[in-house]
Amino acid sequence: MISLASALGPVQQHYLVQARQIQALSFAVHIPLVCFGIAFPAMVLFVEWMCRRTGDEVYGLIARRWTKVMAALFAVGVITGTVLSFEMGLLWPNFTATFGGVFGLGFAIEGFSFFMEAIFIGIYVYGWNRLSPRMHMLSGIPIVIAGLTGSLMVISVNAWMNHPGGFTLTSGQVTHVSPVSALFGNPYLWHELVHMYLAGYMVTGFLVAGAYAVGRLRGRWGRFERTALAVPLTIAALAAPVQVLVGDWAARDVAKYQPTKLAALEGVGHTVRGAAEHIGGWYSNGGVQYGLRIPKLLSLLAYHDPNARVQGLDAVPAADRPPVNVVRISFQTMVGIGTLLALLGVIYLFVRWRRRRLPESVWFYRALAAAGPLSLVALIAGWVTTEVGRQPWIVYGTMRTTQAVTGAGGIPIGYATLALVYAGVAAGVVWILRRLAAAPLAPAEPARPTVHGA
Amino acid sequence: MLYALPLVFALIGLALYGVLGGADFGAGFWQLTAGSGRGADGLRQRAHDSMGPVWEANHVWLIFVLTVFWTAYPKAFGSIASTLSVALLLAAVGIILRGAAYALRTGTDEPRQQRAIDTVFGVSSVIAPFALGAALGGIASGRVPVGNARGGEISSWVNPTSILIGTLAVLTGVYLAAVFLCGDANRDGEPELAERFRVRALAAGALAGAVALGGFAVLHGDAHPLYRGLMTGGGLAALTVSVLAGTATLALIWTRHYEPARFTAAVAVAAIVAGWALAQSPRLLPGLSVRQAAAPRDTLVAVVVAIVAGGALLLPALGTLFRLVLGGRLGHVP
Ligand code: HDD
Ligand code: HEM
Ligand code: HEM
Repeated sequence: MISLASALGPVQQHYLVQARQIQALSFAVHIPLVCFGIAFPAMVLFVEWMCRRTGDEVYGLIARRWTKVMAALFAVGVITGTVLSFEMGLLWPNFTATFGGVFGLGFAIEGFSFFMEAIFIGIYVYGWNRLSPRMHMLSGIPIVIAGLTGSLMVISVNAWMNHPGGFTLTSGQVTHVSPVSALFGNPYLWHELVHMYLAGYMVTGFLVAGAYAVGRLRGRWGRFERTALAVPLTIAALAAPVQVLVGDWAARDVAKYQPTKLAALEGVGHTVRGAAEHIGGWYSNGGVQYGLRIPKLLSLLAYHDPNARVQGLDAVPAADRPPVNVVRISFQTMVGIGTLLALLGVIYLFVRWRRRRLPESVWFYRALAAAGPLSLVALIAGWVTTEVGRQPWIVYGTMRTTQAVTGAGGIPIGYATLALVYAGVAAGVVWILRRLAAAPLAPAEPARPTVHGA
Repeated sequence: MLYALPLVFALIGLALYGVLGGADFGAGFWQLTAGSGRGADGLRQRAHDSMGPVWEANHVWLIFVLTVFWTAYPKAFGSIASTLSVALLLAAVGIILRGAAYALRTGTDEPRQQRAIDTVFGVSSVIAPFALGAALGGIASGRVPVGNARGGEISSWVNPTSILIGTLAVLTGVYLAAVFLCGDANRDGEPELAERFRVRALAAGALAGAVALGGFAVLHGDAHPLYRGLMTGGGLAALTVSVLAGTATLALIWTRHYEPARFTAAVAVAAIVAGWALAQSPRLLPGLSVRQAAAPRDTLVAVVVAIVAGGALLLPALGTLFRLVLGGRLGHVP
């Protein structure tokens, strides 16, 4: 195998682990906001449309209040995303320098998507009470589309990192670059896109509905709250069972294109036929200890054949294996939560369908209050599975993370600075969400809180 | 010429970021220095309101520049970002604090809390453009070698040229903001406020011009190739345009012609970016020309196609936004 000659040459970096943690921290801050960027505009728009259609001002009130939340979270999404863009150079300059010509196009197109999103969010948020109702609703549609195209572009980059193509290595140099086929001709793209997009709807739906569930547990339960809970909950409940099927698709793609990652996901030490699935437990000495063992299930799930051969970690040298327990526990966390959320969704849909009302059990609302944070945990766990599972590669099988990292000093200082700033931002976001939630339900056309006329 | 085309787009993006994003930073400065009292609250509110609908879109120009640059000139991007990491981290922190402060401000109507938030906003509005300008100064004065963090981590952005360009970045933003806010206040029938921004615009414009002139002495000593480039050929032409447009802006503001002043002020800033590019071409980094830094042909073609197609979608949308904003047709967060 030809090894890669990185564009900027090799460096010694003592703080690789910290660099990875900075990247992980920055993603962990950005991704939840992204979920709101993906799904919230559609929900706000739906509620506004219901208001126009039924003339029921409760919907209008909800749409206005949610618009404020959307505007605040979008602003924070923008800045955390900007930091990620900086980190492409600050943390991984050799990755960008070597492969920017291959994957960069995805981000360049994404830039336009962000433009559209930012422009129309400006018009939508500040156009309430100013534009005609029709124009206002129309101005919301590009935001929804941009949420999809933005995800498509950034995921195309991530999918390329996981299943790289569209270039040739000629004596260590990257040649014959074809960015379009690298990004969009990649079979790994589609499960990631659909899985992440649905995750956006689940996280947003369960978090928003969960907030009103907490309100109900505290005795706030008017028509406003019931409506504001039902809309996001219905959406999340529809997405949750589908997500399990998409997760199965994702696992089969991983089995096909990244057998080492699959082995880490499942703690398969040695290559076997008819591999067993283990639930829980801990991986050591080439196998899962103390887990609940279900014979042949893994082969069945991953290849839809109970006797299929599953490649073990021993198929690659120890230096090419990811940290198994981190990946495996994250994966099991996601799958566990995903199963519970799907169950919750099905229960809700069943009650809606058969009884034509919201569930009444206090346990349902307790579960719903937990579902929001749990869906966030599943989201982060999923990304840990994908990203840590790809290690030690930044570009699977081609470039190691050690080759990508910056040679600059001062990573610990940068880490401390960012951690501090993010803690402040998180506190600020909590503060503003509580303020917005505590504000009394205003009349339909709120007086504008300004100091000047016009 | 294909190899230089993405750079031209990136520079157009940089000029737009300098004008639009720069003015947003400048508005933060005016919030910071508004003082206290009823009049000051009005001034801060005006600055906040004018920025509300547009700052996110204006900010995306920075993302545009970054992504086009790392796609089309990856090796130069890696070298620049690794050497200038401290300056860029500083800029990033400024950008985070600014956006967070902006988001938080909608959550409160209490003047005391608003003032605290505006202070964070204002301070970060000075840090971010200074750090970005200082980073550009490092590139312009040839202090970023090719390689992974091969240049001085501090000296690459703490040096005479960097300090000059960082200061100029802050000042031009401050100046542009005053010019634009002047126009906004005037349009919305707030002549008293417009008058206050007019005085600020004149002062900031005079100061920015003086620093820019004095800056030539700095460039002469610290970045001589750049200085020579600015004194000959295309560089000189662009510089002349900038000086003329800047002077015209001051005259227009003086005579209270606020709407045309917006455009001449923008031209003055854009011309400086053009002048820098012409003065430095064809060198991107020491020992690395634009042509050598460019990505393979297929990538360049794809980027150019993407920019042209994206631009065809973007420009009408952006036009709509600015028409609504400049026409005073957008209001407040509901
Ligand atoms: C609400 C969030 C959520 C939920 C409930 C699930 N997932 Fe997930 N999962 C993600 C959110 C997520 C994600 C958005 O975080 C990831 C990271 C990369 C990706 O494409 O989606 C992911 C990745 C991911 C991967 C790795 C894909 C790769 O590396 O390319 C697999 C195999 C699964 N998931 C499987 C599942 C299964 C079997 C689930 C159901 C029970 C499940 N996920 C529920
Ligand atoms: C394209 C540039 C990218 C680079 C350079 C990059 C690199 C990395 C690296 C080195 C890590 C640390 C892995 C570890 O801790 O072992 C990481 C973690 C992570 N990445 Fe990526 N990645 C990129 C793209 C993405 C994308 C597009 C996504 C999402 C769509 C993503 C999601 C994540 C997440 C969520 C983590 C956190 C894992 C954790 O919490 O521990 N990454 N990334
Ligand atoms: C390497 C990884 C990533 C980078 C470099 C990145 C970059 C950015 C940037 C620069 C912005 C701000 C856009 C603006 O100014 O309006 C942003 C926001 C956004 N990003 Fe990311 N991002 C990354 C990961 C992700 C992931 C994993 C997703 C989701 C699939 C995503 C989807 C979005 C969306 C939808 C927004 C819109 C803003 C919002 O609604 O919060 N990004 N991102």
